[in-house]
Amino acid sequence: MEPDIHKFPYYPGCTLKTTARNFEVSALACAKKLGIELVELPRWNCCGTVFSLTDDDLIHHVAAVRNLIRVQEMNRDGMVEENRLVTLCSMCFNTLKRVNLLVKENPENLEKINNFMYLEDDYEGNVEVIHFLELLRELDPGAISQRVERPLTGLRVAPYYGCLMLRPREVGIDDPEEPTIQGAILAAVGAEVIYNSYMKVCCGSYQTVNDKSAVARLVYDILSHAQADGAQAIVTSCPLCAYNLDSRQKEVREIYPDFEQIPVFYFTQLMAVAFGFGADLCGFDPNQLVPEHLLK
Amino acid sequence: MRIGVYVCHCGGNISDTVDVQAVASFAENQPDVVLVRDYSHMCSEVGQKMIWDGITDHKLDRVVIAACSPQFHENTFMATVEKAGLSPYVLEIANIREQCAWPHFDLPEAATEKAKDLVGMSIAKARLDEALAKRTMPIGKRVLVVGGGIAGIQASLDLADAGFKVYLVEKEPTIGGKMAKLSRTFPTEDCAACILSPKMADVPANPNIELLTFTEIEEITGYLGNYEVTVVKKPRYVDTEKCTACGKCTEVCPVVVPNEYEEGLTSRKAIYLPSPIAVPHSFILDDQACLGLFPMACERCSEVCEPNAINYDDTPERVKFTVDTIIVATGFDIFDARGKKVYGIEHSRNVITALDMERLIVHASEGKPLRPIGKRIAFIQCVGSRDEQVGNEHCSRICCMYATKLSQLLKRSDPSRDVYVFYTDLRAYGKGFEEYYKRAQRTGVKFIRGRVAEVNSSSSDGKVTLKVEDTLTRQIIEADFDLVVLSVGLLPGEGTKQIARILKLAESPDGFLQEAHPKFRPVDTLADGVFICGCAQGPKDIPDTVAQASAASSRAIRLMNKGEYDIAPVIAFVHDDLCNGCGECIGHCPFGALVLTQTASVNEAVCRGCGSCISSCPTDALDLHCYTNEQLLAVVRASMDSKQEGEIRILVFADDQTTYRLADNVGTGKLSYSSQTRIIRVPSGARVTPKLMLQAFELGADGIFIGESEEKSSPYPHSVATIKKNVAAVRDALSKRNIEPERIRYAEFVTVMLGAFVNQLNGLCDFARSCGPISADQRRGLAHDQVELKQ
Amino acid sequence: MANRLMISTGNEEFLERISEMSGQIITLCEQCGVCSGSCPMVSEMDITPSQMMRMVQLGQSEVLRAKTIWLCASCFTCTVRCPRGLDLSKVAEALRQVILRQAVDHIDIKALPRDELVELPQIALVAGMRKFTG
Ligand SMILES: Cc1cc2nc3c(=O)[nH]c(=O)nc-3n(C[C@H](O)[C@H](O)[C@H](O)COP(=O)(O)OP(=O)(O)OC[C@H]3O[C@@H](n4cnc5c(N)ncnc54)[C@H](O)[C@@H]3O)c2cc1C
Ligand code: SF4
Ligand code: SF4
Ligand code: SF4
Ligand code: SF4
Ligand code: SF4
Repeated sequence: MEPDIHKFPYYPGCTLKTTARNFEVSALACAKKLGIELVELPRWNCCGTVFSLTDDDLIHHVAAVRNLIRVQEMNRDGMVEENRLVTLCSMCFNTLKRVNLLVKENPENLEKINNFMYLEDDYEGNVEVIHFLELLRELDPGAISQRVERPLTGLRVAPYYGCLMLRPREVGIDDPEEPTIQGAILAAVGAEVIYNSYMKVCCGSYQTVNDKSAVARLVYDILSHAQADGAQAIVTSCPLCAYNLDSRQKEVREIYPDFEQIPVFYFTQLMAVAFGFGADLCGFDPNQLVPEHLLK
Repeated sequence: MRIGVYVCHCGGNISDTVDVQAVASFAENQPDVVLVRDYSHMCSEVGQKMIWDGITDHKLDRVVIAACSPQFHENTFMATVEKAGLSPYVLEIANIREQCAWPHFDLPEAATEKAKDLVGMSIAKARLDEALAKRTMPIGKRVLVVGGGIAGIQASLDLADAGFKVYLVEKEPTIGGKMAKLSRTFPTEDCAACILSPKMADVPANPNIELLTFTEIEEITGYLGNYEVTVVKKPRYVDTEKCTACGKCTEVCPVVVPNEYEEGLTSRKAIYLPSPIAVPHSFILDDQACLGLFPMACERCSEVCEPNAINYDDTPERVKFTVDTIIVATGFDIFDARGKKVYGIEHSRNVITALDMERLIVHASEGKPLRPIGKRIAFIQCVGSRDEQVGNEHCSRICCMYATKLSQLLKRSDPSRDVYVFYTDLRAYGKGFEEYYKRAQRTGVKFIRGRVAEVNSSSSDGKVTLKVEDTLTRQIIEADFDLVVLSVGLLPGEGTKQIARILKLAESPDGFLQEAHPKFRPVDTLADGVFICGCAQGPKDIPDTVAQASAASSRAIRLMNKGEYDIAPVIAFVHDDLCNGCGECIGHCPFGALVLTQTASVNEAVCRGCGSCISSCPTDALDLHCYTNEQLLAVVRASMDSKQEGEIRILVFADDQTTYRLADNVGTGKLSYSSQTRIIRVPSGARVTPKLMLQAFELGADGIFIGESEEKSSPYPHSVATIKKNVAAVRDALSKRNIEPERIRYAEFVTVMLGAFVNQLNGLCDFARSCGPISADQRRGLAHDQVELKQ
Repeated sequence: MANRLMISTGNEEFLERISEMSGQIITLCEQCGVCSGSCPMVSEMDITPSQMMRMVQLGQSEVLRAKTIWLCASCFTCTVRCPRGLDLSKVAEALRQVILRQAVDHIDIKALPRDELVELPQIALVAGMRKFTG
């Protein structure tokens, strides 16, 4: 039985449209299977990727607010009836949600930003920003497992959370010290979930641009602890984490020659496998390390 | 009428700003004033003598003293007046230090004008003072002590030894509290159980103490001298009189559950002795764990019980009794370390709390270790204390010292151990503490300054790894330990919160019970005859707990010992000629002091003098001694004396409990606020009737401010509601005359809200100034306007 | 010889500026070290995060020369752990901004190798530009 479809406004962000296109493919397919249609914002723009942390700097919040106005317009135009904006990338999620909170809590700031964008409608502060994981958590227990056709039985995965969907507390979607949200979903698709406290340690984030070796050392810490606890794969919910954890394994090996590579997935890729989708919808990248049996 | 006025210089504190001579000559020109004196220190013996002489030689019958706030010397002056043969209630104090000289130190002229007004207001009030007698109430010698930790035990024994009847109520099956679980006590290292158990045994042995263990307080109603207590004795199923503690039942009981006395480190049976030093020394049956009582499923224990102590049909029993005073000694709970997830107590058995460690050491020193302690041990300080991330800002005071104790006990019992204490600040504030800290350092315990960032445990080898910065060398330490001990903080326990709800006791921001005054009434509460002691009031060690317990019992004795106690005659009364018996007022007393027969009358023992009821009487028949309608009107009239054309005048009605003292604090802090204010002391803002407010406006007030104790800590329930109602009614009446309704404002305060007080007053003054004075036309006849009180 | 630290009111200005930009009451830092112990980047840093806070408290503008301020990855681990509720990531950002607003970039994105530029996710590049250039 196919579920009723509920439409959500959806903000993809730059990376899911370029280097991480494959993640988006699997996410949209899994969503659909669960009765969720992610409707891309028309004319979305870059959210700014990082939330500006200085108090005297409003200009950097403008980009995020403009995207929130798009959600307002979609509702106005009847494209969706839903003011919760879904994101797939933890960085976009964090930036959009923090800016949204900031302008909701400071009406004066909102007014300034609205005035600055005088050509746009005013943002009224009614949008809520959520991560796709939160939508999955809301589903009826069993909604995911019911749709599993190929349970990932025997696959030991370590869900990696990183920073931006947990911290700071006011935007986090789970306990910042003991998150479980991804693990629950992976368990629902039959995988064996391994958790240790390194799964919430920063992967080095944008330092990857400037300081590859620092990032490599962090990545090594994270991955080797997961391996020590028996993980066969790492799962993320952020394309930047995925990049650092995956691509920087090259640099890790330069520093730690004994290091053995470990595959890294976006969480919806494994969901797609479990839902029995073909390789195209799982979005495996040619460069991605994928254990043989998952490809079958 | 012969009024004497005494103006104090306060050694310059007053006279440097206020022109004392001008105030004195102002007083001389007032009707009925027959004597005026000024002196450097009225509170000194010489000053008191002057008052005495005035009354005896000049036949004064009213005394006005212009000096510091009544909170400092009112009692002394009252005693002098009384000794000289007058009623102590014919004395009025004009507070020209805290309300004139200090807040208006930069405006000597305005301060002097205000001082004259205050003296004039006091003279006006004194003229109408009734020569009331001191009132006394009979009081008995019965005390309820809630909580049987060391605080409750000490208080009970002190009271019982002094001949008072004590009901000691403890919710657990045994008394002793947390101290009964400790190994040794810092800094002297006495064995806790050894010094505590004799005291515990003294409790049931004392004929003046009725011990009610495994008993919860259900309800307390009444007042000082007449608190009615309802408790529920939970079923023990074992008769404490018959049980010989032979232990045969335990042997046969098939059920095994964790032992709470041992912090769950060992197990017990469903029928068990609560602790080896339990008092009463009797077994108890845990009906949650037992295989089944309804219907009986096992019955093995009763089969072996020779004295037939077991009664499966035991039921909860409700008991009522009456006491005169109450001591709350409900102690603390330790912080639940599961709330600090980074330290992972749920993930490793090698992360434990300090209370667990106390038990481990007790068993190890008895040669029966419960588990291996290991060689490398780390203490983490401030767990659950001083941490905004878990919402507790306070320092728990004792964890630095108990860690200092436990660490050195461990090191001394096995010098090959590596014992580390990771601390934020090491607080060794008490007597002998610094020396004890040095002893630990000499023993070889290593103290490292840094709050631990995280604890990770490995499931394979059980090692726990700490990450912390040594903030003195700025090095990051990542080290493995066999055992990590969390020095958990102290929080007000559920039992303390429960009793606070039942007795409506105020809590300080940290959640512990609030004392009436942090300096001078440290074990009193704002509820008459209710005292607090021990960790219920705040974290503290055993010596401080015992000292407070003795203090609380002596404060209770002070109230009860004479068999009667003084109360201020501030109570409501009824002008019988005005009362038409409509009964309108009856429901308006929150204490139920008003009764209706032919006319209304006041139960003087119950009335607390808030004045809330006064505004409810449609015929103005209700009134309040010491603050009569006539007196307040006279005071208001006098407050307008110096008002100039075009000037504005703001009246501030300040409740005695909080706002009046707050104004004192503002004065003491030399924070200035508008000098066009005149403060009038009232028992509660609820005493200020709509009629009085309208009278004030008619007589010349341009704004009225009412300050009241914050609802949570107010001695009078519903006073805020009454104020709101009264203010709303007057605002309506003002609006009808096109007078800005915002000229009346009120606020709730606590005594430390200095800034808020100043802002509120200045805000009202600015507003009144911007609207300008109310015109004579608008004022005329205002006092006769109808006001409508809405529910 | 140990360094001698001059503390005087002259240093207040720097403290005030950083406090204002970051919105943090930096004097509240009790130097407990939780931030440093929590920081994933600390092993790369020349001064620890708590030391960075200390230097700002004392108005030592030399802190602007520390590598630490560029190494903070805005991971907010310290933010969710600081017992005084301080947000250190905001302090680090304020310190970076003091330099970046003088139009002094910390990195030159154009100097990155071409293959890196192609491969790196956009969010990494944009974030890097936002954090390291003015
Ligand atoms: C790990 C640790 C080590 C310590 N080591 C030392 C030391 O070495 N030296 C030292 O001086 N101090 C030490 N202390 C402090 C010491 O334990 C306290 O000072 C002392 O226990 C306080 O006694 P109390 O009676 O106020 O509270 P508690 O011991 O908490 O007793 C309160 C009692 O009231 C009962 N109760 C609570 N609510 C109700 C209710 N509503 N109705 C009826 N009964 C109720 C409780 O069941 C309990 O029995 C230590 C504390 C800890 C946690
Ligand atoms: S009746 Fe209950 S308490 Fe007694 S032995 Fe059986 S299980 Fe134990
Ligand atoms: S007593 Fe020591 S360990 Fe306890 S909260 Fe205070 S500083 Fe921290
Ligand atoms: S309302 Fe207040 S003044 Fe009136 S009778 Fe009751 S306690 Fe007394
Ligand atoms: S965690 Fe907070 S209080 Fe502690 S050193 Fe860091 S900034 Fe200061
Ligand atoms: S926010 Fe910066 S300073 Fe704080 S822990 Fe993360 S990297 Fe370290």
